[in-house]
Amino acid sequence: MSTTNWPLWEVFIRSKSGLEHRHVGSLHAADAKMAMENARDVYTRRQEGVSIWVVPSSAITASNPAHSGELFEPAQDKAYRHPTFYDLPNELKHI
Amino acid sequence: MSLTIDRLEEEFQAKIDAGQNIEPKDWMPEKYRKTHIRQISQHAHSEIVGMLPEGNWIGRAPSLRRKVALLAKVQDEAGHGLYLYSATETLGISRDELFEQLHSGKAKYSSIFNYPTLSWADIGAIGWLVDGAAIINQVMLTRTSYGPYARAMVRICKEESFHQRQGYEIMLTLCRGTEVQKELAQDALNRWWWPSLMMFGPRDADSTHTEQSMKWKIKRKTNDELRQQFIDITVPQAEFLGLTVPDPDLKWNEERGHYDFGAIDWDEFWQVVKGNGPCNKERLDARRSAYENGAWVREAAMAYAEKQEQKRLAEVG
Repeated sequence: MSTTNWPLWEVFIRSKSGLEHRHVGSLHAADAKMAMENARDVYTRRQEGVSIWVVPSSAITASNPAHSGELFEPAQDKAYRHPTFYDLPNELKHI
Repeated sequence: MSLTIDRLEEEFQAKIDAGQNIEPKDWMPEKYRKTHIRQISQHAHSEIVGMLPEGNWIGRAPSLRRKVALLAKVQDEAGHGLYLYSATETLGISRDELFEQLHSGKAKYSSIFNYPTLSWADIGAIGWLVDGAAIINQVMLTRTSYGPYARAMVRICKEESFHQRQGYEIMLTLCRGTEVQKELAQDALNRWWWPSLMMFGPRDADSTHTEQSMKWKIKRKTNDELRQQFIDITVPQAEFLGLTVPDPDLKWNEERGHYDFGAIDWDEFWQVVKGNGPCNKERLDARRSAYENGAWVREAAMAYAEKQEQKRLAEVG
């Protein structure tokens, strides 16, 4: 490992009213503890979060935008997965 | 081979025209990539160098309230630098290379930060005018085509408005104070007004990059449009303070619906950009020495992390 090239980490924060962690940015840090503290210092200055995840960027596998077409194609013609596909009378309540 | 490039460029331009963002792994023309590396990194350098003129007054802030506000603002600027360096790195360049470009003088930063902060009132003027101008530019950039840059701008804009309000509050306090305080405020406005107008860059007619930048939706408004927007918004704020904008040609034009304003001294602008401003040398010296003197901390952190990792492997292995 180089003496000056700290690895890159991705930062995810869940807000007080939030249900899930959201990606807020990235930073370089020497290890997980430093990554966590720096994430706290940079990304929660205004009480944006109650929970932080820091993940080495190398651990993330991202989909290739050039292959988005084929990757997401299966869902394109499946409207029957949506509630609006189903035609029910308006008088019905709670369904 | 050239047919493929033409096709890729067509699809790329179509994406831009359709208002879609370009993301790091998308194909992009080499010029688009290089322009962004230059623009985003210079924006990042500006945030970090911009900490210096204000950092100068933290130790002499006149009250605790002013001190905590100024400290928080300067800390924010460090964070802004981080968001922008991170965005630049997505384009395939390392932090070390970016610093090398700054420290060697190869990369520029906003020339406004080459002016000195001579009195406490300057801190008010900077927050009000310099951050004010930055906000106008940055709000426009939240719609820039490169995704990571746009997202960094959204975050920065949220934080920037406290910066401007902090500065204006200082100006208001001074203008409602003693005669000496009022004079300090007027003097600061006199020195920071024209350099703030120069922050928007050369006139459209003299700006070589503007046409391509607009086509690729890097810029969404021109230099002159943004500069006019800034003047129209800021002049009433100066009037509210009871201060005089140092421009004898400044006049509301009812027909245009905008303020007419006097000629900017472009010689001064180019001199400062070229490195002959009052503080260019001081700013770069400060950054170089901070980087060099901090090397032991970066190395120690890495050595410690590696040692801990070895220990951990030895324990499990």
